[in-house]
Amino acid sequence: MSLPAYNFAYLDEQTKRMIRRAVLKAIAIPGYQVPFASREMPMPYGWGTGGVQVTAAVIGPDDVLKVIDQGADDTTNAVSIRKFFAKTAGVKTTTATREATIIQTRHRIPETPLHVGQVLVYQVPIPEPLRFLEPRETETRRMHALTEYGLMHVKLYEDIARHGHIATTYAYPVKVDGRYVMDPSPTPKFDNPKMDQCPALQLFGAGREKRIYAIPPYTSVVSLDFEDFPFERYRHPGTCALCGATDTFLDEIVTDDAGGRMFVCSDTDYCETRRAAHSPPPLAGEGQGGGSAAGAAQEASPSLPLPSKRGREEQDLKAAEHD
Amino acid sequence: MPGQAIRLDPAIASQAAFRAVMDAMSHPGEVRTFATTVRAPAPLNPAAAAVACALMDFETPVWLDGPLAAAPEFVTWLRFETGAPVVAAADAATFAVIADPLAMPSFSAFALGSHDYPDRSVTLLVQVERFGEGEPMRLSGPGLARPRGFSATPLPADFIARLHVNRALFPRGVDIILASDDAVAALPRSVRVKRESD
Ligand SMILES: [Zn+2]
Repeated sequence: MSLPAYNFAYLDEQTKRMIRRAVLKAIAIPGYQVPFASREMPMPYGWGTGGVQVTAAVIGPDDVLKVIDQGADDTTNAVSIRKFFAKTAGVKTTTATREATIIQTRHRIPETPLHVGQVLVYQVPIPEPLRFLEPRETETRRMHALTEYGLMHVKLYEDIARHGHIATTYAYPVKVDGRYVMDPSPTPKFDNPKMDQCPALQLFGAGREKRIYAIPPYTSVVSLDFEDFPFERYRHPGTCALCGATDTFLDEIVTDDAGGRMFVCSDTDYCETRRAAHSPPPLAGEGQGGGSAAGAAQEASPSLPLPSKRGREEQDLKAAEHD
Repeated sequence: MPGQAIRLDPAIASQAAFRAVMDAMSHPGEVRTFATTVRAPAPLNPAAAAVACALMDFETPVWLDGPLAAAPEFVTWLRFETGAPVVAAADAATFAVIADPLAMPSFSAFALGSHDYPDRSVTLLVQVERFGEGEPMRLSGPGLARPRGFSATPLPADFIARLHVNRALFPRGVDIILASDDAVAALPRSVRVKRESD
């Protein structure tokens, strides 16, 4: 009998206990950033070491893990993290949102509504929503303690003065259970309404900044706004070229060297599920009308994996620079 | 040692106990049953013992109530299994373990956290006989889609009043894990509590 070279889910038990205690305090104080002693992980910071540590502390042998990177299950980053836990925790992995018990995510919330019992783990680069207004940690801590959030409103109002609307489209600040202002991580503000009263537990891990925070299930999450300028959900107006969805968050991808572009769902699992549901059964589809826009898109899809993958690898590079 | 061989992998056992507590903390008042092979000397019950093993270590000073502090075998077990230092000062504890809830000190005897660091507060691990009996409470707040009933016994007669005070301190306050022989439920500081009859 030989012992494995690492502990279950990689982290040692003492580290897991420390993270677990932080997670419990984070759940008890929704939206408050709990400091924790972040550990070195066998991957660079841009790869979501905060999220990986939270997942490692939470995951058990019966979990089914999904990992997404800007909505996609197939980026190098997402694939590596999935493999990491398949190897160190022996867990089953999936790309299907519905089947997953833990979903680790970077910068998106799945389009498929989450359910009770699921845990959504966010990889967070900068957890402090007030950081760009006030660089000093002691000061931002004080501002949270005193619920001094006026500066945040001033910043949003300056947006309105300058652009005629609130120009912040990513990491749009929210207030959790009427108390703490929280950074939802660099998700598009399109995803903000999904956080409100979400049946799943939402955990946020910032590795470099050493913070864990949480939104318990069924908790009020309100995007900051003004009476005259209410929060508006934004998506690129358009239709997914692959599945025809008109209500999903879209990514623009480069399709060829001549600069051809198209818009597709950023949530690859959602898009593929829709395409599978709408495509005619094998052989039965022949000679049945066709000619619709959706049909044309499906015909186009076999040639897409290569360009779409390249588009995503470019995103990976960008992400590595920014996180 | 007899029994050692059938013991589950401690890493897996700890994860299971933690996950039950995390689910309980995420859904206040929901009772989570879980199987454990952890056994502590009297008077601590198995679920409370499993939670202690999953969460306590040398970094977490632990305060013990009268019946636990007066049980040398238990104190030896706790030190050996968790490495947690046992402290006499209640307000220095990260965890307080309470075997006799009727005699539990006021929440204000413990660390309630500061306004800047509300997480630096105690977690009370309270052993109860059973859930679903005792004074009925109505819980609402984060983790609850709609208000739900909850009860556990034994608890102090003024327990609901204490929880009101605790909620009024938010974001400071104590978090409570209740443990029967084979189940846990939690009352995080975020929970709003009413007497069922109110
Ligand atoms: Zn699509």
